[in-house]
Amino acid sequence: MNSVILQTATRALVALILVFSIYMLLRGHNQPGGGFIAGLIAAAGFALFAMAWGIAAARRALRVEPGKLAAIGVLLAGISGAVAALLGQAPFTGQWLFIGATEGDKGLPISTILVFDIGVYLSVLGAVVALVFALEEDA
Amino acid sequence: MTGHRDTEDAEPRQTLIALVAPLVPAAITLLLLTQLPRVMAGEVLTFGWAWVPSLGISANFFVDGLSSLFALLISGIGVFVAIYAGSYLSGHPHLRRFYLYLLLFMIGMLGLVMAADLITLFVFWELTTISSYLLIGFNHSNSAARRSALQALLITALGGLCLLAGLILLGITADTFDLREILTLGEQVRASTLYVPILILVLLGAFTKSAQLPFHFWLPNAMAAPTPVSAYLHSATMVKAGIYLLARLHPVLAYTEAWQWTLTLVGAATAVVAAVLALRQTDLKLKLAYTTVVALGTVTMFLGAEASVAIAAAVTFILVHSFYKAALFMLVGIIDHRTGTRELDQLGGLRSAMPITCFVAAAAALSMAGFPPFLGFIGKELKYEGALAIASEPLLVAGAAVFANALMVAVAGTVVLKPFFGQRRPADIPVTEAPPGLWLGPLVLSGLGLAFGVATPLVADTLIQPAVTAILGRPEVVKMKLWHGINLPLILSLLTFTLGILVYLAQRPIRAALAAFFSRLPLSGDRAWDRLLEGLKTLAAVQTNLLQHGVMRRYLTVIFATVAAALGFVLLRAGEIPLDIDWPQLTIKEWAALALTLAGALVAATARAPLAAICALGALGVGLALIYLFFGAPDVAITQLLVETLFLVLVATTLHRLPVFSGAHNPRFRPLDALLALFVGALVTVSILAVMQTPFDATTSEYFERTAVPEAYGRNIVNVILVDFRALDTFGEIVVVFTAAIAAATLIGHRLRRKKS
Repeated sequence: MNSVILQTATRALVALILVFSIYMLLRGHNQPGGGFIAGLIAAAGFALFAMAWGIAAARRALRVEPGKLAAIGVLLAGISGAVAALLGQAPFTGQWLFIGATEGDKGLPISTILVFDIGVYLSVLGAVVALVFALEEDA
Repeated sequence: MTGHRDTEDAEPRQTLIALVAPLVPAAITLLLLTQLPRVMAGEVLTFGWAWVPSLGISANFFVDGLSSLFALLISGIGVFVAIYAGSYLSGHPHLRRFYLYLLLFMIGMLGLVMAADLITLFVFWELTTISSYLLIGFNHSNSAARRSALQALLITALGGLCLLAGLILLGITADTFDLREILTLGEQVRASTLYVPILILVLLGAFTKSAQLPFHFWLPNAMAAPTPVSAYLHSATMVKAGIYLLARLHPVLAYTEAWQWTLTLVGAATAVVAAVLALRQTDLKLKLAYTTVVALGTVTMFLGAEASVAIAAAVTFILVHSFYKAALFMLVGIIDHRTGTRELDQLGGLRSAMPITCFVAAAAALSMAGFPPFLGFIGKELKYEGALAIASEPLLVAGAAVFANALMVAVAGTVVLKPFFGQRRPADIPVTEAPPGLWLGPLVLSGLGLAFGVATPLVADTLIQPAVTAILGRPEVVKMKLWHGINLPLILSLLTFTLGILVYLAQRPIRAALAAFFSRLPLSGDRAWDRLLEGLKTLAAVQTNLLQHGVMRRYLTVIFATVAAALGFVLLRAGEIPLDIDWPQLTIKEWAALALTLAGALVAATARAPLAAICALGALGVGLALIYLFFGAPDVAITQLLVETLFLVLVATTLHRLPVFSGAHNPRFRPLDALLALFVGALVTVSILAVMQTPFDATTSEYFERTAVPEAYGRNIVNVILVDFRALDTFGEIVVVFTAAIAAATLIGHRLRRKKS
């Protein structure tokens, strides 16, 4: 599709969509959101980009092969689960670190759970985008 | 390309691996030898760790007399096979791969004979099956090798599955998977109603692995493997795995008529039939392969007994046979290697050209024929003594043993006399002696056959007696001597030699008669197997064509009809369901969402234009998402909306290729489809209403609500469940998503490349 309006709007929109997807990913543990939803949002962003600018441009924008992205996601999730196993607990037990925690305030929580959710995000994003790209290239 | 690189820089690394590889089994052998005094003293060495504690499965290992004997054979013969392979396959581009398979197999065998847990035992059992598949099919460019490898794999794996079922039943009956504990529970197992199924399944596993009638045909076919493999797997180790299993489970499963008769009859039949088949062969390697089947049958026959002397005969024969058969296989490999043929008629008079090989072959063959003072003689005497000690059917066992042994004498004579004596053949090519790497192994092995024969009491104390003690589960004293005085076994021995020499002299007419007889048989085991496989393939093709026709609408019809049938069946069985429907008080926005959903469904079902139908489906999805949102599931609602959006994008990209646009679409009214749709819809509605009537068990959801914040530090329960409580499930799901997407993208990409080219 070669529409100036769509292309111009897409530039701003896709950036917003991607930022929004990361926002959804990070808030997921406490409010509606999470890796799966955020991955779908980001995938929708890239699908939109691919429609406006073409597959080649979308591939360049993604920088990484979508299949590889999905594989990295699965790997990341697996590693986050293995951490607990290495520490002698049941695999996929969450490991938490509260940076700067004080009495009454838990500070900045960092956890393997977050890494796991990022893995879910990447694998969903990669898988859906891989399908979209393949179908559009075939078209 | 990789093959090319392999051959270029393979040489130095190959010599290195051929030097290093024998060190591994050598180290294991030495380690086992240092432990031998403790085993002789009746000590049981154990080591291991927990594996699946929740199921009571452990990776435990133990070494008693029986394990020690087998482990020594496996690692000891492994040393010589590894040395031999280095010479035999010298310069082969895949030598490294060969050693990898060989070591893998050795680990499998060692694990199998030392396993102290039924499941661990089975895992190693399967490892030997798989590595032997790789080894038999090592010359994978040869279609006969591939066929034989697959045949061996399928038969032994089929037996392996039976064995797994048998071992699990045994574990259930004994209430433990700990093998050492089970060995003490023989009476309990035999009294159980599951005894007969256990026996049948375990015997199927052992008989397929050890090539007993009627599964014997895979073993001669496995001779497609390189000779070091035949010498190792198909004489000394793998085929003895079934024998090991029978010996190992003897205290648990023996002492019944069923055990006694099955083993005796199957073993005797196997020995006799294979002896006749061995006589018929003209290929040296095949001849030896059939004599291996004879040996396996003989050992099985003796393991059917309970008398200690019969068990001692079986154990001694396992030892004797491993030595001479591995040596003879390697010798046949030498002949093949130096002359290029294994056919009896093309060989002769090689004695002067290959003096060392000839000498070694003579030593191994004398042990095989059972001449004094070789260990083979003692083995044979013990067999006769054991046969006569079997109370129930001494005549049958002794008769089968004499018959099989007489034919062994004839075969041993043929294997040595024919290639090395008489007129020189092949006459046209110069034949020279083999390098030391080739004859070292057989020399040591047949030398051991002689030394052990002379030093009989030592062997009896160190190897035989501990093994017999382990099999019978009670301390046994085994007396073995070269000279017993003139008794019945000695007379039987003399009878054997006479018969054997007669058969040897008359072998040409006998072979001709056998060939005529076998050509008239309608079906051999090998042919039957081929037919079975063909039938299986035809069946697979027919059912695939029937079920996988590739027409989407028919798939959907089948799926929904199945759902309707299953739901209808359950609802009918449940009988009358009181559906008391109280109409909910919906707000206007809820009514609106409901109306949107219904309208979407109606338009999608009736629309003439495909684009309209797709848009209507989108509207239906949005309506559903709204309903989720109104009833407190924002995460599900968001996901639903996003999936709808992406679905629309994906459909839009493929739209132009749908049959609608190619003119094949014919949007007419289909009453049957409509009826099915309405029926499924009604059934689903009724079952959902019925489910709503049953009281809701809130234990799980309450647990999650209670623990989400204190234990998982998250307030969004859906997400906490996904990434923490049920993280393993989620991990499995993303693996599925990843795999499905990669597979689909690959398929589409493949189509694209084909279209371009």
